[in-house]
Amino acid sequence: MSTLRSSPAASGSGLDVRAIREDFPFFETGIAYLDSANTSQRPRQVLEAMEDYFTHYNSNIHRAVYRTSMQATEHYDTTRRKVREFINARSVKEIVFTKNITEAINLVAYSWGRQNVREDDLIVLTVMEHHSNIVPWQILAHEKGARLAYVDIDDQGELRLDQFHELLAQEPRLVAFAQVSNTLGTITPYRELTAAAHAAGAVVLIDGAQGVQHVGIDVQDVGCDFYGFTGHKVLGPTGVGVLYGRRELLEAMPPFLGGGDMIRTVFLDHTEYAGLPEKFEAGTPPIAEVIGLGTAIDYLRDVGLDAIRAHELELTEYTVEALTDIDGLRMFGPPPLKRSGVVSFDVEGIHPHDLATILDRHDVSIRAGHNCAMPLMNRLDVAALARASFFLYNTKEEIDRLLVGLHDAKRIFA
Amino acid sequence: MALDDQFYREYILDHYKNPRNFGRLQDADVSHEEYNPLCGDMVGMDFRLQDGVIEDVRFHGRGCAISQASASLMTERLKGMRLEDARQISKEDVLDDLGIEISPARLKCALLSLKVLKVGAYGLAGEEDDEE
Repeated sequence: MSTLRSSPAASGSGLDVRAIREDFPFFETGIAYLDSANTSQRPRQVLEAMEDYFTHYNSNIHRAVYRTSMQATEHYDTTRRKVREFINARSVKEIVFTKNITEAINLVAYSWGRQNVREDDLIVLTVMEHHSNIVPWQILAHEKGARLAYVDIDDQGELRLDQFHELLAQEPRLVAFAQVSNTLGTITPYRELTAAAHAAGAVVLIDGAQGVQHVGIDVQDVGCDFYGFTGHKVLGPTGVGVLYGRRELLEAMPPFLGGGDMIRTVFLDHTEYAGLPEKFEAGTPPIAEVIGLGTAIDYLRDVGLDAIRAHELELTEYTVEALTDIDGLRMFGPPPLKRSGVVSFDVEGIHPHDLATILDRHDVSIRAGHNCAMPLMNRLDVAALARASFFLYNTKEEIDRLLVGLHDAKRIFA
Repeated sequence: MALDDQFYREYILDHYKNPRNFGRLQDADVSHEEYNPLCGDMVGMDFRLQDGVIEDVRFHGRGCAISQASASLMTERLKGMRLEDARQISKEDVLDDLGIEISPARLKCALLSLKVLKVGAYGLAGEEDDEE
């Protein structure tokens, strides 16, 4: 890893992609993997860290006095420190491990939401949210008789700020939005949105699932109250996610799940809960996955988010330019500079599923479907889209293979 | 790539581009729509029945070549068929009609029209939907 950055084979962005790819065993399959917004590949280092745990100190955490358990606890807690640093939280007490970001958002909706949202309160979301940042709020709103409002997008796929401010005038209880749209790649003005929402007295949750690994976050600088991301999209394993919450809020919130590890003392008729963050981590957590996530964060920091962002921008510009020449192909989303490494498109007369099937036969993996954003599909008036997404290990050669597959699809469906 | 040609055979593409019995029936006795929650694809069918026979059938919808060709092929099979016999149409029949190898990921696309038939037409006959 330490030899990666200054290699002469580096791309224009300064990344030595060839060396990076060596770290990812998946690429031995020969597949052009253009679906990292769905799930990323994992470097060998992550796999080895997890195997090391399973092989050499496999034990539960926080529960035993023997050596390997203490070792497991230490590694588990080390990841918490790495996450704190990665997103610049004030304290490790503000970092809660969940199973994914869906659980992180649900934790806020169930715990904070049930305590703080009342009848007729307004919750503001946007039309381009992933289902995981819509459905938990619908459930909450339904239960409490609260109202939901959605900020629309303009033709470029950017949020309608005029509408956002109009909704803020109604003093919402909560504003929740994606840092980066999973479908359009739109990088929202999350700093400004957070500041404006706070000025209107709202609590702010940012869905960082597509943001933390591409544009990064400084939760203190941005000032959001809650932030979440998921391990498997940031080179880590599945089964682990992160919720950041401002300490004052987390302290005032009731537990989400009850059970072992989240208690101080249990009596037959009541329980005194553990402090932060254990209060929100009931039961045996995904220990190996948390350890793997720590290594994934090391890897990202080692390569550097700025270099990753520059590389993805280069690939996005390359793709947008190449796809522009294809007849009947429509792209969705803002100009490359204003989006992450995501290109969503459709081709007249060819359903995205058929595109993805033909591309699969060319060993090119893309996402096809509604991308877990059905309200956005309706807003764009499409049933489904095809989406290519990039990460630090992708190459222009893989995008060329995407083009070959697209031309083949056009030939078949001509 | 030869493989693709085999997958998207000429008649599949033909049914996709020139769907048979496409549209709505004004005087339908039964209408039913189903969605594939994974991709949002939709197939709907209108049936006109006479003495237990499917006198006419039309389909509408939006989706991939597999889901739409499957629906088009299904309507050809159904027209003039006794409802009783239509009830016997199985998953295997639908896949036979398509005549291509369907990967597990695309099975739901291929079988969407069968689901419409089962829930829509069988439901009318008072039968339970026994799918899965």
